[in-house]
Amino acid sequence: MSRKHLIFLAPLAIVLVLVVIFWKRLMDVSGGYDPRVIPSVLLNTPLPEMALEGLPGRTGGPARNGLSTENLKGKVSLVNIWGSWCGTCVIEHPMLTEIAKSGVIDIEGIAWRDTPDASMAWLKRYGDIYNRIGQDPRSHVAISLGVTAAPESFLVDKNGVIRYKVSGAITREIWEQELKPLIAQLSQ
Amino acid sequence: MIRTLVAALLFATAAVAVEPSERLADPALEARAREVSKALRCVVCQNETIDESHAEIAKDMRLLVRERIKAGESNDQVISYMVSRYGDFVLLMPRFQSTTVLLWLAPLLLLGTGALFVMRRLKRAGPAAPGLSEDERKELAKLTGGGRP
Repeated sequence: MSRKHLIFLAPLAIVLVLVVIFWKRLMDVSGGYDPRVIPSVLLNTPLPEMALEGLPGRTGGPARNGLSTENLKGKVSLVNIWGSWCGTCVIEHPMLTEIAKSGVIDIEGIAWRDTPDASMAWLKRYGDIYNRIGQDPRSHVAISLGVTAAPESFLVDKNGVIRYKVSGAITREIWEQELKPLIAQLSQ
Repeated sequence: MIRTLVAALLFATAAVAVEPSERLADPALEARAREVSKALRCVVCQNETIDESHAEIAKDMRLLVRERIKAGESNDQVISYMVSRYGDFVLLMPRFQSTTVLLWLAPLLLLGTGALFVMRRLKRAGPAAPGLSEDERKELAKLTGGGRP
């Protein structure tokens, strides 16, 4: 084959390169990578300002009701966005319960696109493990956080800066391997 | 008649999810809101604009767009806000910036490379072969048995 005919191998070479790229991606997806998850652009930026109303009828007094950015300063917290309509939130709840019971960190809840009645009923059924709860019925805060689905959780440091985002349920793996070490680091 | 009917039905299914209750009173502002909505991707149904998508969050994003426009923000400011929250992916048309230069220029580059190849092949082929001389034509006729092939 003369040298000028080698150029005809170019399309094959391009296809092979593409095959390698696509194969790698396929392996990523089967390994758990979700291409629909939009990476957070808010990492290491301050938590957006919020002043959310609490759930009427929730016991524990004003210290537990309503959520504002002020409340979060001075401590490391886990902000969890959930809804009574959200199936995955039910699946996540036992893990959150365990985290709350462990006392490692306070979990602040944002009731997203919900009514107070529905939220209270859900908490009664599954257990109220939140420290504070704020209502976000029209997604203002959710959008400001770049939330696409529930549940999503944000780890916020003492200065109110977002340090980690979990899209989807917090699993034991994520808790042990990502959140817990980071919390220990941020709490120093 | 049938064709017009079919065409009408096809166009009638143009996707719009904006409900009457969402619309702004001022038609100019509403038109801007629609324009902005059509530039934003629904983050749940990611192949639709928030204008088309029936997802709940799309509706909330539409309302937020209208709120911000009503508050006096420009189209660009509203879009920038969404990008600051969700990243570039929320734009349906990627911006021309350092991370997307290759994306934008790739078609041009590919076309250019192809054109280069074509030109080089044309040049190498050389001038067209000269026609046959009288003698060569006779030779050809002898070899091919006279008649046209």
